[in-house]
Amino acid sequence: MDVFRGLKSFFWQDKGFLLGSVLGLATATALGLVYPMLLKVLIDDMIIPGEYEGLLGLALLAVGIVMLKAGCQYVHGFSGGRLGNRLASRLRNASYEKLQVLPFSFYDSARTGDLMSRLTADIEGIRNFIGFGLAQLMNTGFLILFGFTMMAIIDWPLMLMTLVIIPVLAYIAIRFEFHIHPVFRSIRAAVSRLTVSVQENIMGVRTVKSFASEPHEMKKFRGGNENYRDNHLALAAVWAKYFPIIEFIANLSVVLLLLVGGFRVINKTLTLGELVSLNGMLGMIVAPLWTLGFQINNYTQSKAAGERLLELLNQPVTIRNADRALRLQDEAVQGHIHFEDVSFRYPNHEEQPSALLGFNLDAPPGSVIGLLGGTGSGKSTVVQLMLRAYDVGEGSITLDGVDIRHIELESLRRQMAIVFQETFLFSTTIRENIAYGQADASEESIIEAAKLAQAHDFIMELPQGYDTIVGERGMGLSGGQKQRIAIARALLLRPKVLMLDDATSALDMETEHVIQQSLRKVMAGRTTFIIAHRISSLRHADEIIVLDRGRIVQRGKHEQLIRQPGLYRETYQTQYADRPDELESASAGERRVSG
Amino acid sequence: MSRQFQYQDDVLIEKNFNWKQMARLFTYVKPYRGDVARVVFVMTVFGMLTKLAIPFLISMAIDKAIKPADGQTSGGLLCLFMGIMLAMYALRWWAQHYTIRQTNSIGQKVIFDLRTALFKHIQGLSFRFFDKRPAGSVLVRVTNDVNSLQDLFTNGVVNSVIDIAQLAGIIIILLALQFKLGLAVMITVPLMFIVSSSLRKRIRFAWQTVRIKQSRINSHLNESIQGIRVTQAFAQEKENIGFFDRMNLSNIRSWNFASALNQLFGPVIEITSAVGTLILLLYGSHLIQSEQMTVGVLVAFITYVSYFWEPITRLGQMYSQLLISMSSAERIFEYLDEKPAVGEKPDAVDLPEVRGHVRFEDVEFGYESDRPALRGINLDIKPGMTVALVGHTGSGKSTIVNLLCRFYDTVKGRVLIDGVDVRDVKLESLRSQIGIVLQDTFIFSGTIRDNIRYGRPDATDAEVEAAARAVRAHDFISNLPDGYDTEVQERGSTLSMGQRQLLSFARALLADPRVLILDEATASIDTETELRIQEALGTLLADRTSFIVAHRLSTIRHADLIVVLDHGVIVEQGNHEQLMRLKDGHYRGLIEAQYRFLSA
Repeated sequence: MDVFRGLKSFFWQDKGFLLGSVLGLATATALGLVYPMLLKVLIDDMIIPGEYEGLLGLALLAVGIVMLKAGCQYVHGFSGGRLGNRLASRLRNASYEKLQVLPFSFYDSARTGDLMSRLTADIEGIRNFIGFGLAQLMNTGFLILFGFTMMAIIDWPLMLMTLVIIPVLAYIAIRFEFHIHPVFRSIRAAVSRLTVSVQENIMGVRTVKSFASEPHEMKKFRGGNENYRDNHLALAAVWAKYFPIIEFIANLSVVLLLLVGGFRVINKTLTLGELVSLNGMLGMIVAPLWTLGFQINNYTQSKAAGERLLELLNQPVTIRNADRALRLQDEAVQGHIHFEDVSFRYPNHEEQPSALLGFNLDAPPGSVIGLLGGTGSGKSTVVQLMLRAYDVGEGSITLDGVDIRHIELESLRRQMAIVFQETFLFSTTIRENIAYGQADASEESIIEAAKLAQAHDFIMELPQGYDTIVGERGMGLSGGQKQRIAIARALLLRPKVLMLDDATSALDMETEHVIQQSLRKVMAGRTTFIIAHRISSLRHADEIIVLDRGRIVQRGKHEQLIRQPGLYRETYQTQYADRPDELESASAGERRVSG
Repeated sequence: MSRQFQYQDDVLIEKNFNWKQMARLFTYVKPYRGDVARVVFVMTVFGMLTKLAIPFLISMAIDKAIKPADGQTSGGLLCLFMGIMLAMYALRWWAQHYTIRQTNSIGQKVIFDLRTALFKHIQGLSFRFFDKRPAGSVLVRVTNDVNSLQDLFTNGVVNSVIDIAQLAGIIIILLALQFKLGLAVMITVPLMFIVSSSLRKRIRFAWQTVRIKQSRINSHLNESIQGIRVTQAFAQEKENIGFFDRMNLSNIRSWNFASALNQLFGPVIEITSAVGTLILLLYGSHLIQSEQMTVGVLVAFITYVSYFWEPITRLGQMYSQLLISMSSAERIFEYLDEKPAVGEKPDAVDLPEVRGHVRFEDVEFGYESDRPALRGINLDIKPGMTVALVGHTGSGKSTIVNLLCRFYDTVKGRVLIDGVDVRDVKLESLRSQIGIVLQDTFIFSGTIRDNIRYGRPDATDAEVEAAARAVRAHDFISNLPDGYDTEVQERGSTLSMGQRQLLSFARALLADPRVLILDEATASIDTETELRIQEALGTLLADRTSFIVAHRLSTIRHADLIVVLDHGVIVEQGNHEQLMRLKDGHYRGLIEAQYRFLSA
């Protein structure tokens, strides 16, 4: 129950509904048991003696009880529905808010599918259990209590005789739960296996087709599909084993009651009406008993769901505002970035070497810093640390002389704009995608940003222009087109610090060149960081930093670096090996050296 | 509401019931009609009859043994009736066991067949199909849409037959037991029917709204998780939370409405059935009083009447379920009716082992009919040549390789490999001899080893390692926690782009194709990796016809033939030296531009 205590704050404010749900159902149950009593009166006091005066009253009473019962049922259903919905709504909002503030390090190891299932299936499970399952579970208890009490009032020895089946049924129901639980778990696994096999097949369709590996894919899929089928058949086998036997045992008690009760009616120690009403009550009690296994299963499932949700909700937020964090005045920010002896190691990757070690950098307003290096050299780490996506391990990063850890997170990030290596567009129009960081942007400024990013022309060629819906569920754009929209998004903000993390890799050189020229205008007096693999992208940087495994191995301007042996010059030579003869100059000799 | 995010709906609004589709759906049950017949027989004969016999037996026990009208009670008869009851229950036990197993087995088999058919069909569809559709919506059809038919095939079909039989059985019994009372009680049936169907219709519409809103929420959740880094970098958390809050609120409102309506159903049915109870008690007592009926029959009647609503309610639910299933079925059939744009000819033959002679004869092609992507393309490429395709974005470079692999068919002209038209051969035999490395090659979840082996599943571990060494991928793989057995997940996100690309090079090399295509394969690779790949390229390109599509001109300098494209037309071709000699040539212009950018 610890889990439900943890979730209490999400439903306890609706305890009225909870009460309504439980009491409504319990009252309906109690009223249902009155009906067999009325039958007893009908048979024993009216039909058998042949005195029918009270019949109309009795019939109307029966109808009245049915109506009252229906009303109580509605109270249960309505309250349970409201309770569950409000709970689900609160949980969903809380989880979503949590997801918004969890740091990058959380997402480095989280999986989309897993988070999705917590926010959908798990919340659904809790909604149903708190809304209805809990009341039903309690109601089963009430039913047994009320039902057997009523039976005892009519005839306690017969009640005791039938009471024997309760432990037997409870035992079977629990065994059922015990058997069905692992089956449900493997069904979940089977569903996700099937989904993954189909999803990868579709997303990787180009790869699949180019290797002509449809037969292989078919085999993979078949495995998943068979697994799905077999697990469902295993589930059916458990059902087939338990459901009929539970029903049989319940029915056995009815036969027993009628047999013993019948003899007692013959011996006149019981009236016919009493027997009929006992039979009716027993029927009512045993009917929901076989669902006990389900209810228990429901409870354990929703408990597990609650645990998973609480785990998410209690995730620590490691990157957050310090006490009395400084709120930046947008106009006053200069964009002077300074790295002082920064070292950093990715959380959850403690066994690996530092991603950045003893990194120093001074980027005054108006400067352009280029970063070059191989995979895992720490280029992306540098820009992500500036955004405070992670906190530095040692050293400090300052913006205009203030440690960024002392700046309010939102106001810090508002000064910056980043274009990521892997472009992400949201499912909305191109216009909204460009205006993502600035919802109140004017049409002109959006178009201007698109023009600066060399995106305006191709956007206008699309059938719906700026109103074209893009993203996962929208129109497909090429990598270069997506990158240009992402660049426009960043430029629209007029950031004090702009970071391009390999953001022009899918563009041809001419386009990139034009974008760079517009950047120079827009970013005048502001700070720009460019991560790139092309010399042409880095060529004009005020300082180029070459990184290798987290350390700075070279730094300087283009002209200096091409004169030093090292990665920068090697790259330059690879990329400009096809230099036309008449354009060749001093670097000709160097090329011969490297062969 | 702000238009911050927009989601198109995959859910169809309910239409008129489509019998044709229903019939088509049931062709998938046809192979199992014997099984269906057996289970329906067992369930009606043993399941239903045993159930309907019980109240009758009880009434007999009351009227003949416990409380006969003539006062002649009989313990022996009571034992006999109870014995028969017990036997009935035992039969029922077996019948239920059999039914549950059989219905599930039929349902799962049908679902399995349907899903296999759908997936197989999708595998055969061409790029044109995938170009138009986001991956998510294709996925949903193969998984959710098929799953939503599961209940229909497992329980729906069989139970409906049984329910109808049960309903008929009860009506017959009621009329046979006491004709007048039976008729009187059944007066409430039309009333019940009208009330329940009008209410159910509203409930259905209400849930439909909820489903649509729910699916939008799911889309947004998925997207917001995947785009979280952008959100945080642009400090849009609050805006997102506001958007979600409104979305959630609107969903909960519809849900509250639907749920309140839904909860009304049970009570309303119960109140309606109270009318029947009233008639039963009053008229039934009257009949006993006038000695037209016995007490036992009244008790049996009460039980039968309570059985009466069960199949009616279930059939109503079944109908709602059927409507939802039909919209799923419609979406599934839409895909099954999609014809592959690139089809195999019936007399297609296997392409013999390729030497690598590629010819394009006057090829014309367009992705959309009004905009040609390629015009008048003539190429003659000798086995073993390295061909570079150069030009701006949209000039048609990738289209040429797409046509070579026959991902699309030409509008005019022919593509020949070793003199054979690619349209005359089996697709598998063509594509298995061509290898492509794409800009963003897909990494499947599984081990690194499996991924390298993707194009040739029977390769040995030693061969896998050799391929990895040849493309300089061995070092980084060995540094991974489990080496070649490291599991990669979600599109290989644990690897960097450069590493993913090296894997795809290894994959292509291991498959050992006769024709190799590198389609912007090095665009997103970092410098250091690229240096390594440059070294590996020699190994990769040796002895095979290869096509290189590249932005970076440095990668193609040594190509035997450089083809320069502009707006779908070949404007120049030749080797580097030849093309550089052309004053004002396109190629020369591109090369020079690089230096202009460098010094500008």
